[in-house]
Amino acid sequence: MSQRGVSFHWRRYKERYMLLGTKCETCGNIFFPLRSVCPNCRRDGKPSPLALSGRGHVYTFTVIRVASEGFEAFTPYIVGLIQLEEGPKVTSQVVDCRPEEVYIGMRVEVCFRKLREQGKDGIICYGFKFRPADSQAKHE
Amino acid sequence: MSVGRDRFKKREVAVVGVGITPSGEHWDKGLRELTIEAGFAAAGEAGVRGRDIELILVGNMSAGMFVGQEHVAALVADFLGLNPTSAVRIEAACASGGVAFNQGCLAISSGLYDLVVVGGVEKMTDVQGKWATSVLSGAMDFEWEAYFGATFPGIYALMARRYMHEYGLTREQLAEVAVKNHYHGSFNPLAHFRNQITVDQVLTSSLVADPLRLFDCSPISDGAACVILAPAENARRYTDTPIIVSACTQASDTLTLFERRNICTLDATVEAAKEAYQQAKIAPEDVDVVEVHDCFTIAEILALEDLGFCEKGDAGKLYDEGQTYVGGSLPVNTDGGLKAAGHPVGATGVKQIVELVKQLRGDVERDRQVKGAEVALAQNVGGSGATAVVTILRRGN
Repeated sequence: MSQRGVSFHWRRYKERYMLLGTKCETCGNIFFPLRSVCPNCRRDGKPSPLALSGRGHVYTFTVIRVASEGFEAFTPYIVGLIQLEEGPKVTSQVVDCRPEEVYIGMRVEVCFRKLREQGKDGIICYGFKFRPADSQAKHE
Repeated sequence: MSVGRDRFKKREVAVVGVGITPSGEHWDKGLRELTIEAGFAAAGEAGVRGRDIELILVGNMSAGMFVGQEHVAALVADFLGLNPTSAVRIEAACASGGVAFNQGCLAISSGLYDLVVVGGVEKMTDVQGKWATSVLSGAMDFEWEAYFGATFPGIYALMARRYMHEYGLTREQLAEVAVKNHYHGSFNPLAHFRNQITVDQVLTSSLVADPLRLFDCSPISDGAACVILAPAENARRYTDTPIIVSACTQASDTLTLFERRNICTLDATVEAAKEAYQQAKIAPEDVDVVEVHDCFTIAEILALEDLGFCEKGDAGKLYDEGQTYVGGSLPVNTDGGLKAAGHPVGATGVKQIVELVKQLRGDVERDRQVKGAEVALAQNVGGSGATAVVTILRRGN
């Protein structure tokens, strides 16, 4: 993953910081991430942004032991598909939870975290991760 | 949707020559040497002269990231001495080779070309493993999967975990996929790995992305493969054993795993297979030998179900019974598959075709030859299933 400029990261900040998805007013389907064309309705679709609640459960998960460049410091870390309340799924890390504690069906909620640093001079990337749904109470 | 039946049936396509390099770490060979080796072998077999070649298609995923070289098709034409022949690079991640083959078939069946070279090549070991992992993660959705820390093995691990949860596939059954592929690979002199392994070795190999371990993963390989295509009506000019392309279809699905209808099935494979069986006018039970895209062990399980060889959830049983070995009812990956024979990503789709052509000719080593094979099927996948190509071949008369 080579270094990319600020615009590459900034362009997606609403989706990555606020979990912004898409609702098509024509068919009612909800998508993540943003789509400018509804894959069901295409030209007849009326997609508009929709902030997702960030509540959901773990649909499936893995524990990454061999990371891509830039993620080495986090290993081992949990990556899951999170089934959101509104319907769509997202790929996200699951944090505040040890690898042996995560399970399919675990209730989770979104949180805002650092995703990656690109070396000493590089950009620090932020975005969503998910944590066990009761962990806010536990940590505050 | 995949390519319409009638269009493809316009003119029947035959494979009249094949060539392939060993897969592995070729420290002494670069991308151009590998391509030349496979290309010359194929052209030599078919007795084709350079001036007869009308179109060159090259499947290649990421020469730019692996060796810093773009403009690969022109390079290949140049170093094969084939200028000014038209040359086109085709990229569809790990399905680049399969898509190039599909386009080659269309070029012949359309009537526009009478002799087409389809090559596939990847030079992967000039970079460190970590960088290769990052490059391969570009086969998924970079911004919504890799960006969040998912790796390519990780994405297949997500499928494996969910599939095991829903269908009760055991870790041992998954391991049997790798054990079988290494067994087949041990008889293939061109395979990346020729050692046989045990279930125990798979289960004690290091974890890559739970539940997938090192021996569930195909290796990072260098390699190239090449086939020569001609209209079936001309095939006898080049070979006594033409292999006919009964069908070649391609389908697409969402780039991300998380937007799929069902992550325990590859809808692109299902769609491409449905169309391919219709084109070829056969059913899954008519197939004698199969090459599927086992980039990870779980992928072979999903493929056999999605291709209609058994019901969803039942593929594990085929491995309990040893049915997927040569000599079983459904021999799968007789060259060792991606796991043992190697996975030079851009070459893989073409490499599968080369293996099946040799099987149908009765040309492979005795221990891995499927006796009397008449019909063969290949499935090549890009990324986690956003592209699938299904090809059905049969022995020519």
